[in-house]
Amino acid sequence: MSATIVRKAAAEPRWLRLTLTAVGLGFLFFFLALPLVAVFSEAFAGGWGAYREALSHPEALSAIGLTVFIAVVVLPFNVAFGVAAAWAIAKFDFRGKSLLITLIDLPFAVSPVVVGLVFLLIFGAQGVFGPWLSDHDIKIVFALPGMIIVTLFITFPFVARELIPLMQAQGKDEEEAAVSLGASGWQMFFRVTLPNIKWGLLYGVILANARAMGEFGAVSVVSGHIRGETNTLPLHVEIVYNEYNAIGAFAAASVLALLALVTLVAKTVVEWKMRQETEMLDTAMPPEKTE
Amino acid sequence: MSRSIRNVLSGLLASAFVAGALPAFAQGSLLNVSYDVARDFYKDYNPLFQKYWKDKSGESIELKQSHAGSSKQVRAVADGLEADVVTMNQASDVDFLVEKGLVVKDYAKKFPTNASPYTSTMVFIVRKGNPKGLQDWSDLVKPGVQVILPHPKNTGNGRYSYLAAWGYALKQPGGSDKTAQEFVGKLLKNAPLFASGGRDATTTFMQRRIGDVLVSFESEAELIAKEFGKGEFDVVYPSLSILTEFPVAIVEKVVDKKGTRKQAQAYLEYLWSKEGQENAAQNYLRPRDAELLKKYATQFPAIKTFTVDDVFGGWARAFPVHFKDGGTFDQIYQSK
Amino acid sequence: MKRVLPGFGLSLGFTLAYLSLLILLPLSGLIFKASALTLDQFWAVATGERAMAAYRVTFGASLLAALINAFFGLVVAWILVRYPFPGKRLVDSLVDLPFALPTSVAGITLATLYAGNGWIGRHLEPLGLKVAFTPLGIVVALTFISLPFVVRTLQPVIEDIEPEVEEAAATLGASRWQTFVRVLLPGIFPALLTGFTLAFSRAVGEYGSVIFIAGNMPLISEITPLLIISKLEQYDVVGATALACVMLAISFAMLLAVNGLQWWAANRHHGKERVSI
Repeated sequence: MSATIVRKAAAEPRWLRLTLTAVGLGFLFFFLALPLVAVFSEAFAGGWGAYREALSHPEALSAIGLTVFIAVVVLPFNVAFGVAAAWAIAKFDFRGKSLLITLIDLPFAVSPVVVGLVFLLIFGAQGVFGPWLSDHDIKIVFALPGMIIVTLFITFPFVARELIPLMQAQGKDEEEAAVSLGASGWQMFFRVTLPNIKWGLLYGVILANARAMGEFGAVSVVSGHIRGETNTLPLHVEIVYNEYNAIGAFAAASVLALLALVTLVAKTVVEWKMRQETEMLDTAMPPEKTE
Repeated sequence: MSRSIRNVLSGLLASAFVAGALPAFAQGSLLNVSYDVARDFYKDYNPLFQKYWKDKSGESIELKQSHAGSSKQVRAVADGLEADVVTMNQASDVDFLVEKGLVVKDYAKKFPTNASPYTSTMVFIVRKGNPKGLQDWSDLVKPGVQVILPHPKNTGNGRYSYLAAWGYALKQPGGSDKTAQEFVGKLLKNAPLFASGGRDATTTFMQRRIGDVLVSFESEAELIAKEFGKGEFDVVYPSLSILTEFPVAIVEKVVDKKGTRKQAQAYLEYLWSKEGQENAAQNYLRPRDAELLKKYATQFPAIKTFTVDDVFGGWARAFPVHFKDGGTFDQIYQSK
Repeated sequence: MKRVLPGFGLSLGFTLAYLSLLILLPLSGLIFKASALTLDQFWAVATGERAMAAYRVTFGASLLAALINAFFGLVVAWILVRYPFPGKRLVDSLVDLPFALPTSVAGITLATLYAGNGWIGRHLEPLGLKVAFTPLGIVVALTFISLPFVVRTLQPVIEDIEPEVEEAAATLGASRWQTFVRVLLPGIFPALLTGFTLAFSRAVGEYGSVIFIAGNMPLISEITPLLIISKLEQYDVVGATALACVMLAISFAMLLAVNGLQWWAANRHHGKERVSI
């Protein structure tokens, strides 16, 4: 009985909750929902038939395939780096930590236009390794490897940046306990750390994924824009739009929006499954924080 | 549905395979690196050439297209994009490849008509019924007239618009570089914004209903009609405008490496054939062929034009004078 | 102090190696290229009238956008974690949209919405508020593209707050506002600052969406990335790298300052209960 009173005291009064919800949703409405509605309304301006036709074009399909492929390739790199960097930074103290965090943030601050340029300066025909690569017939820029490298660059900070504050807030007591109870490093990681950071990790992955699929500027510089070969979906959108085919462009853009939603649906499913499991294990568990 | 999934998957595999680190070219495959609104033209032209080449040589040939902004495309070629041929919308872009040693210096003489298989010109798109009565460049500098054009420094269409206005002012009685700069300065003051490209300018004008006149390629007027409807606007031909040329060239280094010179040469030459020229006309680009021009006369009203070579001594001179940092465009914005 | 936890050498080594290979090496290539200019030339490019105006527009608009996102992002993250409301999952998934949409689509769409005849613009224009094709439009575009950062950085941290802490504060007689300011805010502040910083740095470099809504008038609504593109359009790669280096240096200094501040704040609040230094 007294627990509920305390719980009530630990929550905002009703009017404030309503106000905050209204403010938050209002903001999202103007900055997210309306643009999304506008995208879909343009995409369906010619009806369902035109929409389907725009997307079943072989060039659109190959662009979708390439976009998904790059996102999938990039994913494990980001997870490995993100977890390693967050572990080192959040759990240990060493000199130059602030500098290291700043360097991790740096890719965000580099204009996508410049990112592409940077890799051309290295791998392009006039670049540092250009002549050597050309002699050995290895293609990096204007081919898939270059597009993957650039995507790695722009998605570099996401997972680490998501995990660092979370792991900092969690401290290291639990891991230390695990180690002192005799767990090996990997046991500690998989049994203690990973379960603790899974949501943060997932958010990071989702963000990185969305960014990887949506990136235009940097990829555009190293893609070569060869139709059906090195055109990703965002590049396809741009070109189709420039050809006065708004329906085709916005239809492709709507696919990108939907692709981003797919990862979120996956997250919801995982969340739901896990809740079911914990509820089965422990029926006495207190209600979810989110409710 | 399952078919489109299969297509996505095969696209996935194919892209992984083709774009991988292995050398992906085979004999009988050409890459045409081009500017961004040329796609419709080459989409129709490539099958024509494939058929012609099959009949002539018995070889079947694969044609790949790459489209993006013109300057960006030639930078990519200079940085190693293996284009057999480049088909651009401005000589300054091909000149850059000459500078890099990828294209021969006299590329303009390697093919007929200045190596430009078709031309176009800059015209005015005005609101239906031309409510402000805009007939010529001199009407565009009047107070209260809003002019929409793409960024004059950063985009091909914008540069052509800028030079068209400059050339018009220069050819007026008493015209000099000084009066031309004043004229263009007044015109730019009537621009509420600089669009990021030709297409963006169109959207701003047609969909967002900003401005009284849009300066654009003649060929683009038809694309605008395709998307926004024919009765939505009027096209006005000024008394004098600029002839826009679209130079093509062979990338020497690449065709030598790939052994595709013969095919590349034929591919570009065929642009001047009856079929190639007719295809240009059907895509609203003015063919060089006089007979065809007559045949499509209703589509291409007579207009007095000047070329960049005539008035500005070629792109190689016009570009640094007007569009490099500190050029006339920058001067207009520093005088304030 | 003895390290109890394993994996420091491995994780830090991997981090540094990957960082150097993918980020530092390529970026040093940029600086190397810019060093083709003499100091005088570099200075002339970096401090020209147009360049200075563009820095002001770029950094000013980015700062404003990051502040807007810090405030509204906190509210959004809070309601997404704490309050039940219909359609919550849908709203949650919408947050990532700005990353997934190609920036050019975002720019075109926002310009259409905020233009004088757009769904939003037509209600703002009578109030004398012009958004599309003014510096305000840049703020709108930058707010859009950097929106997910604050929300997504805060979400896991808010989810992680133990309800016991708040309950304890409430039992001890703290008002809700006191609990928030004294107990909750210090805990989420580092994450808020991180989100702000990320949003800001992302906004500074943005090009694709801004050029469609900015109007791109020299000295008024021209952003630095546009000047870089303008250099590239003249095939002036060295000049472009010079501007890129200036942006990089300013962003780096700002990031460093904020990260230092954040580290200081984090240690100040955690220092007492957790001996982490």
